[in-house]
Amino acid sequence: MALKIENLRAYYRSSEAGVATVVRAVDGVNLTIKENEIFGIAGESSCGKTTLIRTLSGTIKPPLEIVGGRVVYDIKEKEVDLFSLRSSEMRALRWKHVAYILQGSMSVLNPVRRVIKTFEDFTEAHERITDRKAFREKVNKHVLDLGLPIDVVTAYPHQLSGGMRQRVAIALATIFKPPVILADEPTTALDVVVQRGVLQLLKDIQRETGNTVVLVTHDMAVHANVADRVGIMYAGRIVEVGAVEDIFQRARHPYTQHLISSLPTIGDRTPRSALPGAPPSLANPPEGCRFHPRCEHAMDVCRREVPPMLEEENGHQTACFWANREAVS
Amino acid sequence: MSNSQLLFKADNVSKLFTIGTWLDRTEIAAVNNVSLSCSIEKPEIITVAGESGSGKTTLARLLLRMLEPSSGTIYFRDRDIHQQRGWESQMQFMSEVQPVFQNPFETFSPLKRVEDYLRETVINFRKAKKKPDVDNKMDESLRSVGLSLEEVRGRYPHQLSGGQLQRISVARALIPNPSLLIADEPVSMVDASLRMSIVNLFQDLKKEYDVTIVYITHDLATAYYISDRIAIMLRGSVVESGDVDKVLGSPLHPYSKLLRESVPLPTKDPNWTKKIELSVTEAKEYSKKGCKFTSRCPKVMDRCWAVEPPDYDTDGRLVRCYLYDDKPNDPSKTA
Amino acid sequence: MRSFFGILKDLLSRDGRFRFAFIALSALILFSLASYWSPHSPRFSFVVPPNMRPNLDYWFGTNSRGQDLFWMMTFATRNSLAFGLMTAALSRVISIFVGLTSGYKGGLYDRVLMAINDSFIVLPVLPILILLNFILRGQMNLFTLSLTMAFFGWAFDARLMRSQVLSLKEREFTNNAIFSGMKMHKITLKEHLPFVMPIVFSTWINNMMWAMGMEVTLSVLGLSNINIATIGTTIYWANQHQALISGVWWWLGAPVAISVLLFLSMYLTVISLNQHLDPRTRLQRIREATTDGT
Ligand SMILES: Nc1ncnc2c1ncn2[C@@H]1O[C@H](COP(=O)(O)OP(=O)(O)OP(=O)(O)O)[C@@H](O)[C@H]1O
Ligand SMILES: Nc1ncnc2c1ncn2[C@@H]1O[C@H](COP(=O)(O)OP(=O)(O)OP(=O)(O)O)[C@@H](O)[C@H]1O
Ligand code: SF4
Ligand code: SF4
Ligand SMILES: [Mg+2]
Ligand SMILES: [Mg+2]
Repeated sequence: MALKIENLRAYYRSSEAGVATVVRAVDGVNLTIKENEIFGIAGESSCGKTTLIRTLSGTIKPPLEIVGGRVVYDIKEKEVDLFSLRSSEMRALRWKHVAYILQGSMSVLNPVRRVIKTFEDFTEAHERITDRKAFREKVNKHVLDLGLPIDVVTAYPHQLSGGMRQRVAIALATIFKPPVILADEPTTALDVVVQRGVLQLLKDIQRETGNTVVLVTHDMAVHANVADRVGIMYAGRIVEVGAVEDIFQRARHPYTQHLISSLPTIGDRTPRSALPGAPPSLANPPEGCRFHPRCEHAMDVCRREVPPMLEEENGHQTACFWANREAVS
Repeated sequence: MSNSQLLFKADNVSKLFTIGTWLDRTEIAAVNNVSLSCSIEKPEIITVAGESGSGKTTLARLLLRMLEPSSGTIYFRDRDIHQQRGWESQMQFMSEVQPVFQNPFETFSPLKRVEDYLRETVINFRKAKKKPDVDNKMDESLRSVGLSLEEVRGRYPHQLSGGQLQRISVARALIPNPSLLIADEPVSMVDASLRMSIVNLFQDLKKEYDVTIVYITHDLATAYYISDRIAIMLRGSVVESGDVDKVLGSPLHPYSKLLRESVPLPTKDPNWTKKIELSVTEAKEYSKKGCKFTSRCPKVMDRCWAVEPPDYDTDGRLVRCYLYDDKPNDPSKTA
Repeated sequence: MRSFFGILKDLLSRDGRFRFAFIALSALILFSLASYWSPHSPRFSFVVPPNMRPNLDYWFGTNSRGQDLFWMMTFATRNSLAFGLMTAALSRVISIFVGLTSGYKGGLYDRVLMAINDSFIVLPVLPILILLNFILRGQMNLFTLSLTMAFFGWAFDARLMRSQVLSLKEREFTNNAIFSGMKMHKITLKEHLPFVMPIVFSTWINNMMWAMGMEVTLSVLGLSNINIATIGTTIYWANQHQALISGVWWWLGAPVAISVLLFLSMYLTVISLNQHLDPRTRLQRIREATTDGT
């Protein structure tokens, strides 16, 4: 186990014009992420993916609040409860143990400084660089190891293409080879060729250093090619978890089934339909199973009760009354 | 085919931009000798695909008369669109050619109600005058995209989902009864699960309203799903164009091949993880004299560096690559 | 509209300077409105005993011309404020027109307008005004002065608005409006103006301060219509009667105190508004709202 999430609940509390709203962006998530795996998190826009991964990285600032649950990291065989850390310990953890690649992280590169300067600035925010030459060599080696052309180190960000910028941003986040990498939509807005290059880089890093990657993207086809296991998120909850083959070939939750069957592929023109209805508001989510207003199998019990997460085999878990109807009855 | 049978025709169109600071200026051809056309009788969905910065948006803006070409001509129904002047001709043009924009959240001013744009369009294109007729017309166009005026009335953009906004954007574009829609990455900002609703909508529009659609995207899976023809762009040039089954089924140009095999499939594909070469900078590739793909092409030859290859007509499509030089070709067609 | 009341509420709750300025300005406006209940007309003199120190009957004292300074000042404040408001409104109209159309149309139109604009920016206004006053002596009332000032006070703000429009023009909704068949004047008024309004508000106050300051300068120099009670003319009359030398300090004190309060609160409004509208602090607020730190 690399990290364990227990009944995590993280809400945004804000008040606009005197009206208090609570957005239940992460609402009862349980997950165990193993060592040396790429764990994919999928789900439509605003279902809480970014919030979940931000919580895992320990960047919790108002209006985001942890309402309940735990996040436990396994650091050198010792269980560390993230929310019990003091802020200095938290910073150390984020620096040495966890790399967080933000959504839209290309912009972390300072536009008026050469890439190597950004590497130095980034490092010096956490510790002093005593030997500048050695540090530069280390950066060069890291960049070369990742298969990037060495010119990028001395270039200005605007001279690089979008895909190259994103790869440099990933290189930056992983320079100290942290055991856990949290990547939030690292390839959204990039075209397929560049996306492939960036994800290959991420996979290479993972293979070389044997670390754990949590990869968030709503592109299911990316998960199919990159992830070892996938968790499907819907309206603040994980509704299905399983090995990537299980998710793609034996999806059990109606939402997952829909996600997969609606994917178009080259060479196949059979009509595909979009999911009816709109995603629910997390400020006022539906009772019971949050998918029930859009679910073709919805039953009475779905409107009243939250379906429990039940395991079938091979760690394939689903939270759905219909999918688990045999197990329940 | 003579121009009069063509809905639109881009004839050797180029657009040059000057980039860089005043210290090192370079001129790049964001659109480089591009030709594209579509007949009147047979409405089509034509995809323009290619990586970012390959000139797709520039081409769209040229077709929409938002930019003037540096050279070449764009005809719409026989008339050079950039020769027309004045408000009347602009309205005439816009009643035939309409855009669908990339980011549905940016298409509508956040300070205005969404329906205002629909109402403006109905009134300005003289589709109705009296209030009930205007409302009817708005409702009619919203219904053609699977919405209704009731669902939209009084709402601001932030009260609608991206998929809804994008469909409203299409509904607005349909009000003047255009025969050509130019959609620049209309689904890239829309959630994967809503994507199919937009794409299906385009297909219905083609079938039911005889609208020709230029669909700009880098999502090749949806491109295959809806389009009839495809043009693959690389650094300003269309490197391969033709029937979508052919171009995506068995791509010929090395770049089309790379693009095609980079599309992640919903099943694990061992080829996908094969190492690829990425461009380091855009500007460098643009300023290449010969084929723009030389630094990344696995099949590069000596002659590729000097002069850009012409279009070779091979296997029912046009390919801009020297690999297809020795194939039999009819010089009259490649001109 | 969230923009106006929302900003007001936000500023009142988070900015002490703005709170002070808001209260002071409201009080001054109420004070100037009290002029409508004045027992004396400002035109008449010797309606009250002259040279009385401030006391319970005459809160601001009386001047050597036998006028009650409290009521005089209500008129003076009202006229000065009205003058400032009118000048600012007129010059806002010009700058909105020039800024919006020049930014939107671009090309030759833009270059010509901006050339005119820039010559107005570098023009030395005070000497020109003094000259005009000499020429038009007697005919210059508060209204014509306001017109003249408006004519000189729009240029810099027009440039500000133009640069805003230049970026609005690139946004997708402008193109959507064009393809909806909206003509230029509609696009600028309906699509762009709402985004430019914050600049209009903040430059409005700046412009008022500038105009009212100019009025004081001209009046003190005796170059305006001295028969109209304004803050400037009150100071002029006090000087004419050598108020300080004869120990009637409150005659000068009242206009000075009121103008200091007025200018201070307007100045504070501007800086807190500017800070509120500054992209950097805006970004900070957005960050606070979205918690996206590293
Ligand atoms: N107004 C302009 N001035 C200078 N260069 C420009 C201008 N517009 C576009 N370019 C350049 O032209 C090239 C093509 O840009 P374009 O936006 O057409 O690409 P695209 O294919 O639409 O890319 P994307 O997929 O990222 O939208 C880019 O290198 C871009 O930097
Ligand atoms: N700072 C905030 N204050 C209030 N609500 C917020 C805030 N940030 C996010 N939310 C809300 O929390 C929910 C989850 O947002 P989140 O960014 O985690 O979604 P996501 O799954 O990452 O979406 P996307 O795919 O668009 O990035 C959304 O409803 C969003 O509107
Ligand atoms: S629990 Fe019920 S509503 Fe939810 S997905 Fe399963 S069948 Fe549908
Ligand atoms: S012309 Fe040469 S470099 Fe270009 S794609 Fe063909 S083989 Fe490759
Ligand atoms: Mg996100
Ligand atoms: Mg584009």
